[in-house]
Amino acid sequence: MKISMAWLSEWVTSGLPVRELSDRLTMAGLEVEFVAPAAPIFDGVVVAEIIDAIRHPQADKLKVCKVVIGDGAEDRCAPLQIVCGAANARVGLRTALAKVGAILPGGTEIKAVKLRGVESAGMLCSVEELGLAETSDGILELPTDAPLGATVRDFLSLDDQVLELSITPNRGDAMSVRGIAREVAALTGATLTTPDSSTVPSGFDDAVLTGRAAVNLLATTACPRFHGRVIVEVDNTRRSPTWLVERLRRSGLRSISPIVDITNFILLELGQPMHAYDLDKVEGPLTVRLARDSERCELLDGRTVDLTRDVLVIADQVGPVALAGVMGGQRTAVSSATTRVLFEVAWFTPSAISGRGRRYGLATDASQRFERGVDPEVGIAAIERATALLLAIAGGRAGGVVTVEDSANIPTSSTVSLRINQLKRLLGRAFSEHDVISLLMRLGMSARASSPGVLEVEPPSSRFDIQIERDLIEEVARLTGFDALPTSVALAPKTILAQPTQRLDEQHLLDVLSARGYHEGIHFAFVDPELQSLMFPGMPSHVLSNPIASDLAVMRLSLWPGLLKAALENQRRQQSRVRLFEHGVVFPVDEPERDCIAGLALGSRWPEQWDGGRDSVDFFDIRADVEALLSLSATPGAFTFGAASSPALHPGRSARISRSDRTVGWIGEVHPRLVKALGFVSTPVIFELDIEALSVVYAPHEEVSRFPQVRRDLAVLVDESVTAAQLCEQVKTAASSLLRDVVVFDVYRGQGIELGRKSVALGLIFQDKDRTLTDIETGRVIVSVRDALTTGLGAGFRE
Amino acid sequence: MRDLATLTRQALDEVAASATLAALEEVRIRWLGKKGLLTDYLKSLGELPAADRPIAGAQINAAKTQVQSAIGVAQDALESASIEAKLVAGRIDVTLSGRGEARGSVHPVTRARLRIERIFRHSGFEVAAGPEIEDDFHNFKALNIPADHPARAMHDTFYFPDGRLLRTHTSPVQIRELKKGRLPLAMIMPGRVYRCDYDMTHSPMFHQVEGLVVDENVSFANLKATLEGFLRAFFERDLKMRLRPSYFPFTEPSAEVDMSCAFCDGAGCRVCKHTGWLEIAGCGMVHPHVFAAAGVDGERYTGYAFGMGIERLAMLRYGVSDLRLFFESDLRFLKQFGAV
Repeated sequence: MKISMAWLSEWVTSGLPVRELSDRLTMAGLEVEFVAPAAPIFDGVVVAEIIDAIRHPQADKLKVCKVVIGDGAEDRCAPLQIVCGAANARVGLRTALAKVGAILPGGTEIKAVKLRGVESAGMLCSVEELGLAETSDGILELPTDAPLGATVRDFLSLDDQVLELSITPNRGDAMSVRGIAREVAALTGATLTTPDSSTVPSGFDDAVLTGRAAVNLLATTACPRFHGRVIVEVDNTRRSPTWLVERLRRSGLRSISPIVDITNFILLELGQPMHAYDLDKVEGPLTVRLARDSERCELLDGRTVDLTRDVLVIADQVGPVALAGVMGGQRTAVSSATTRVLFEVAWFTPSAISGRGRRYGLATDASQRFERGVDPEVGIAAIERATALLLAIAGGRAGGVVTVEDSANIPTSSTVSLRINQLKRLLGRAFSEHDVISLLMRLGMSARASSPGVLEVEPPSSRFDIQIERDLIEEVARLTGFDALPTSVALAPKTILAQPTQRLDEQHLLDVLSARGYHEGIHFAFVDPELQSLMFPGMPSHVLSNPIASDLAVMRLSLWPGLLKAALENQRRQQSRVRLFEHGVVFPVDEPERDCIAGLALGSRWPEQWDGGRDSVDFFDIRADVEALLSLSATPGAFTFGAASSPALHPGRSARISRSDRTVGWIGEVHPRLVKALGFVSTPVIFELDIEALSVVYAPHEEVSRFPQVRRDLAVLVDESVTAAQLCEQVKTAASSLLRDVVVFDVYRGQGIELGRKSVALGLIFQDKDRTLTDIETGRVIVSVRDALTTGLGAGFRE
Repeated sequence: MRDLATLTRQALDEVAASATLAALEEVRIRWLGKKGLLTDYLKSLGELPAADRPIAGAQINAAKTQVQSAIGVAQDALESASIEAKLVAGRIDVTLSGRGEARGSVHPVTRARLRIERIFRHSGFEVAAGPEIEDDFHNFKALNIPADHPARAMHDTFYFPDGRLLRTHTSPVQIRELKKGRLPLAMIMPGRVYRCDYDMTHSPMFHQVEGLVVDENVSFANLKATLEGFLRAFFERDLKMRLRPSYFPFTEPSAEVDMSCAFCDGAGCRVCKHTGWLEIAGCGMVHPHVFAAAGVDGERYTGYAFGMGIERLAMLRYGVSDLRLFFESDLRFLKQFGAV
């Protein structure tokens, strides 16, 4: 909201410099975002009258004007010749002349020039050229009584400042000059001056005509009060006076016509939105009611909206003529031809207006105020002041104000109790009853002690945000100033917190992966539905109703889509080697959100260096990274990797990671089809793990044996289909408890080995915790291991 | 005995002439070995008259010792020359880089978040989390934001067809934790939040951290001390802080938290738009309606809450000027960050 200091000072004069005043307002919760001059710097621009305007001999669109800047016999009355291109440059117009030597906004100096061979001793200016508006359609039109030769700055009182305020949703009362003025008075102790809004006597005596301002209130909870007034013989073709145009301009509104300008002026000044109907376009009596099914309304902005039954409308006999509290309708809008006006000053219940405008993409000055709450008692003042202004500006005769109301639904200021000791409890500082009463009085509240330590406070009608004790505590804090409230100690309950080791410390995960060359990425949790269904065909996802883009429309089922997209982007940025990981939740449908960690590696095994690591990264490189993560759980042996296929992964180079038969993750090369479809130049290897599966469970530690260990190696010949896991499992089953460990230390295929078979070298390590083992004992175990491998897996042996 | 002197000189000459350890060994064997020339000479002692033997014996032994020690010296010299030669041959280029994987990095937003968590953990706060797909009750209604409340316009919310939504702030975790009824409590709740807004300064997904302290006599003064202490700890500077009254439906009184600009110490610079202040958090005393919605006795307990954008803190701490860089996973950006 923008209001000018000149306007504010009509209501209250604090005597404070504008900077200090805005700081005071900001620190009281009415944030002043900017203080801007009402007009940029310019100089040497004066009021001039065009006394002659003829077509330029060389250019159709230019006019050669004679202008005067004085009306006496002095030098300055000598007409100046100015070439002007504005369509509205006409004889008799008073406008702005930038004389030779004038400085325009931006620093341009006006010089005497020849335009197409004709001399021009200055420039006639538009509002745009004077920096008073973004656009313009011609030179400035000043009233005919504007004093010739006066500077435009003085005439328009442009040496003014505009405050741009950001008002929080709870302070509907502050969305007006009146509201800000009240705050200034409360903060500085200055006196508030209320402009005249005395009754404008009725100027005609036609009961039927006056009665057309009487509306039917059919939805009295939504609209319990409606003041109407008919004004006739209005001349809406007149121009609004300069002071009004300037007030509106400084608040960011354009002058339209006297009727519209006045309703806008009242909204800005008193915070009471108004509407004006062209009475001759209204069919029969007006009704305030909820919209009916499939009703429509064409709005002032030209759009037609479909209404629903919870939208409040003003309707005539034909249908809705306004979206109540939001925007008027086109059918009954005032125009320059309007002579008979019906003013509406209504009070709408905030909940009846809230959100309705937003549904149609409308946040109007009116709806913003109504949904935050308008003072229910300001209506009469608003309609009287509007009437007086209209009669003064556009003439006419006013009927009486017709008020229809259902007082039961109008909020009355109720008293709120304030316990003085609660101030100390909440704010950390004690206040005396006397101090609190005087603070609240500055805000227009009356307060009296009802019992020791308890005040009964009655807020003014504008402050119906004050409903509970806490609202009053906030007011006391705000007026005292938050900086003036004490700072004590950072209080936290002093208990020793449980430190469950079961939950893995996130820092460890990050340490493991970052130490192994991965960079952490953070990606949006909504992903491309197409990519997701390529990776997880047939799996349902949560679909957003209002995504920001069609390729960010579904919630991720895995961290992989984000990692793949990020890897592609890096490939595009000429990063041939990518190692990324992400830690975040995924969103399966019908299951709780799952905390996951996933990684992707692409390109050479090691960063480019002088010795080795040039091979492409493969499954086993990444499996080592995953094993490092699994080892955080303290029971890495509980995890198994089993060949399994997932649509996103290479069917022969992917594994399901399980813990006690529960799937806890996947690892594998990205499926060649996906590699091609996405445009990767080499194959990424990816993994994903449920964090929960890594929960740390400490196994009791085992005693270390003091006796020597014995190692026996076996070269086992098996079919290609036999896995290392099967071999080790068979060995463990067949060997006695003396077996400490079994390692695969070589896998060989080729010369000397039948096609379709492979030689797997196993190292079996034996040890007892109480004695040294004999060759006979270990030999016996080896025999049973060999037998088991032969019968169980069809193994042969190389000696 | 002239012979002995000649032999000794000859032996010493041969020792001096030995260029390798092998040659030296040969010389030793020839002169001092079991059948060496000086050994033989000693054996010839028996041929001398008994009276002369002690003197001659002593002379021969002195000669042997002399040769022996010459050989020792020569051997040391040759050995160290040989080691020297090996060292020269074995020299490597230590300026080549180390072999293997290089270090990765932890995301600056994560680093900032973990730093926040550590600071609060050390001060006795717990860390809690909640779901990112929320319902209207926890995200809005329980936080004193009923349907159609103007404050909803400040939250551009992502919705799902069933009416659920992506949480627009971490505040719903407050409700979930308060509902557990474990009071008093002090906790922070970091997490991802979502708003459908995407431009230079807005990301549709970002991170917040929410703080909540509830006890029997928690006041605004405690809130001020907590925030001031946190900001000083996080930025490692003696910052000034000011609270501006503001409005959040879930706290009252509410305030925006400004800190003196960490770049210019409040003197005014481009980062703080020459105001000397940076807006860094929102805070306030928990609203009685929130306590009521979460089943907390507002007459017995009071509480304060605050919320901050983690990206904002990370941008200020690490000097990142474009929010969007955080979500692009550009390795050229990420590689600039370490792991702690």
